[in-house]
Amino acid sequence: MTYKVLIVDDSKLARMAATKVLADSYPDWAAVEAGSAGHAMSAMQDASPDIALVDFNMPGRDGLDLAAELIKLKPRMPIAVISANHQQQIVERAQALGAAFLPKPLSRNALEEFLQSALQKLKTPAP
Amino acid sequence: MTTGSRSIALSELQLDALAELVNLGVSRAAHSLAQMVQDEIVLSVPKVALVSREEAIRTVAEREKANLIAVHQIFEGEIHGRALLIFPEEKSLELVRAVVGGEASLDEIMELEQEALAETGNIILNGCLATIANMLERSLKISLPEILHGASVDLFNLQPPPPGGDSVLFIYINFIVRSREIEGYIAMMMDLPSLTALQRLLNEFIRRTTGTSVE
Repeated sequence: MTYKVLIVDDSKLARMAATKVLADSYPDWAAVEAGSAGHAMSAMQDASPDIALVDFNMPGRDGLDLAAELIKLKPRMPIAVISANHQQQIVERAQALGAAFLPKPLSRNALEEFLQSALQKLKTPAP
Repeated sequence: MTTGSRSIALSELQLDALAELVNLGVSRAAHSLAQMVQDEIVLSVPKVALVSREEAIRTVAEREKANLIAVHQIFEGEIHGRALLIFPEEKSLELVRAVVGGEASLDEIMELEQEALAETGNIILNGCLATIANMLERSLKISLPEILHGASVDLFNLQPPPPGGDSVLFIYINFIVRSREIEGYIAMMMDLPSLTALQRLLNEFIRRTTGTSVE
């Protein structure tokens, strides 16, 4: 089974880096890139991704606001909020939403660990 | 430590605590940079000094004759001010090349330059600021990164100036990426009320970590 991963970051470089780690770990999965929260919301309709990686610090709506909206649309979608801003308050807000927090720059280990837990969640039937 | 006429004096213990926080923040930032360039970063022990704006301008201008490039972010909270990651402009493509990787063509590197600099600066400055905020048990709102070009005097005179004047917390870091020698500086500018708040937070931090009350 292959999955679609939505990668949301205003930095093209950061999207390229995340896509590369994803392609190395899960070559048959698809990456859907979005440069803003608005684009991410359109991508939710057009591409129907299964998993989302969301940058926190973006112009306009930030990653935590976007994560909250994504969860409303698709409550079982595994989401990771990614940021170099690892302040306790931001980590806690991500966790309160039910999202994971991954520090930037995204390490292969951290992303693989998140994707594995995401897979478990997706394979578990809805209660 | 040197202070300007309208600056604030930090005690030896406060300065020591600040150096400790900055060390933690910069180490974390260096670790992030090492991951980005997939190579070891050699980092000199940062020197931390609280100096006047004029002295910061002079220090950087004396060391760097060529134009500078900086990533600038504003932080707000109990302490507020500006954070800058500064390095020689001529090294910017070099840094981008290190971050983007060897396979990228010159065209791709040029295209990604602004973007890669902003993202690299964002990671380094956030790593530093977030560590300091966490250790001080406070939260800081950090703006999006902005790229600035100019001489030392331009970078330390950003508009609008704080009404009460400001001091510069100056951190000199030297990082070496592979064989490319890229030297950088991190500076944080804060006004007097923020420095007073910082002093109080440092006292709390010292009390928490040592059990000793300081004033």
